[in-house]
Amino acid sequence: MIHCYKQNGYNIVLDVFSGSVHTVDDLAYDVIEMYETANKDEIVAAMLEKYNGDDSIDEAEIRDCIDDVEELKSEGKLFATDDYEDLAFDFKARNTVVKALCLHVAHTCNLNCEYCFASQGKYHGDRALMSLEVAKQAIDFLIEHSGSRRNLEVDFFGGEPLMNFDVVKETVAYCRSIEKEKGKNFRFTLTTNGVLLDDEVIDFANKEFHNVVLSLDGRKEVHDRLRKTVNGNGSYDIIVPKFQHFVERRGNRGYYIRGTFTHNNTDFTNDIFHMADLGFTELSMEPVVCPPDDPYALTYDDLPVLFEQYEILAKDMLRREKEGKPITFYHYMLDLNAGPCIYKRISGCGSGTEYMAVTPWGDLYPCHQFVGNPDYLLGNVYDGVTKPAVQDEFKLCNAYARPDCKDCWAKLYCSGGCAANAYHATGSVTGTYQYGCELFKKRIECAIMMKVAQAQSAAAE
Amino acid sequence: MKRIKTIETRDLKTSVKTGGCGECQTSCQSACKTSCGVANQQCEKCVSEK
Repeated sequence: MIHCYKQNGYNIVLDVFSGSVHTVDDLAYDVIEMYETANKDEIVAAMLEKYNGDDSIDEAEIRDCIDDVEELKSEGKLFATDDYEDLAFDFKARNTVVKALCLHVAHTCNLNCEYCFASQGKYHGDRALMSLEVAKQAIDFLIEHSGSRRNLEVDFFGGEPLMNFDVVKETVAYCRSIEKEKGKNFRFTLTTNGVLLDDEVIDFANKEFHNVVLSLDGRKEVHDRLRKTVNGNGSYDIIVPKFQHFVERRGNRGYYIRGTFTHNNTDFTNDIFHMADLGFTELSMEPVVCPPDDPYALTYDDLPVLFEQYEILAKDMLRREKEGKPITFYHYMLDLNAGPCIYKRISGCGSGTEYMAVTPWGDLYPCHQFVGNPDYLLGNVYDGVTKPAVQDEFKLCNAYARPDCKDCWAKLYCSGGCAANAYHATGSVTGTYQYGCELFKKRIECAIMMKVAQAQSAAAE
Repeated sequence: MKRIKTIETRDLKTSVKTGGCGECQTSCQSACKTSCGVANQQCEKCVSEK
């Protein structure tokens, strides 16, 4: 399967099953598009007709081009076959290990953001803080079920995790005290709204946290519209100076400023650029996930605007890079040489198998977005997974599990998409959240375009 | 090739044999939390061998 598209003056051909990326001229683009549905003579005739009047293109040129396509095909770089479906079925029977936990150390929050999927931190339940005992048991559960996996990830999440900072600190200390003897390497992430950031937290985070995710939606009026304090005031002025101080002390690494955009700010690149103007360089901006009747829900009419925004962002990032002031956008981070292997690309995010969320009470859910849904309660950190049937459902969530993905060129980039989004959109974890798919595909097209542009710049230098 | 330039990429077919160690980061842990993208993860083995 191939995917051909044109963007920013480039003709791009992605060979889905080999992962190869080609940039081609107009003739090659047209030849490649026709190659699987026409024979050589038909291609030649069609191209002679299309390029009639172009003296640089004659039959010999077209046949040379077809020969090049066939050479790439024989090298496995074009029209590579799909040999992975059987691997995906093997995944159903595989023994999985747990390698990451999302610890909900606080089911409460000091902000009152309208769009919060966690219902202002409570996850549609009671407010609660995780005890150290539950946190330690969660870590023991993780180690016990991690097999030979060395790198283990723990995300301190909420609600607002800094409302339970003592437990965060003590949990990290517990992990550090046992990781050597257990042969593990813990990597911690903190996701915070920033309200409680102070020098003590910053020092601790910079010493211990592999990554910090700092929630900021961009421009003050955009941020304050939905990210409010419990008194109903905007939180921008409280958190921005703290984030700037934090990132400066952190040495501008190992963090993301993460925003959410909604129907209210479909011109979200201006929010990303605002983040950059504030001095931040590691940026992430996610489309809001909410019921379609929410006033800020993204609509299908928004899609063309959002597509344009993603292209504007990609082009501007290339410009900034040339000027020596690059910014990183999470969804445009593609490492074409050292990216994920095919197993990762098939198996996806690992929710419910490799990755689980732990509530303040120690209940296990497939991921943070399922917390509070009794149908998806997996078990708890004391007894382990007590509902293997639920887990088996998630084992099936791979790039080949969803009928809608069968003919999609992007399936080895999204791995079939987010199970939670699929569930909320369709009622099934093996459904597809089509709106999210459209945005995802656009982002990958932009990310690959940037790689092509960077490769061409490097070759020209 | 005159009309086709190929960008250097990891061969996914080869990774059937070389991949699968599972040491890579869990996709959702890094920055998104509300979507799934595996493509922007890095391979731990490739990075450590670089």
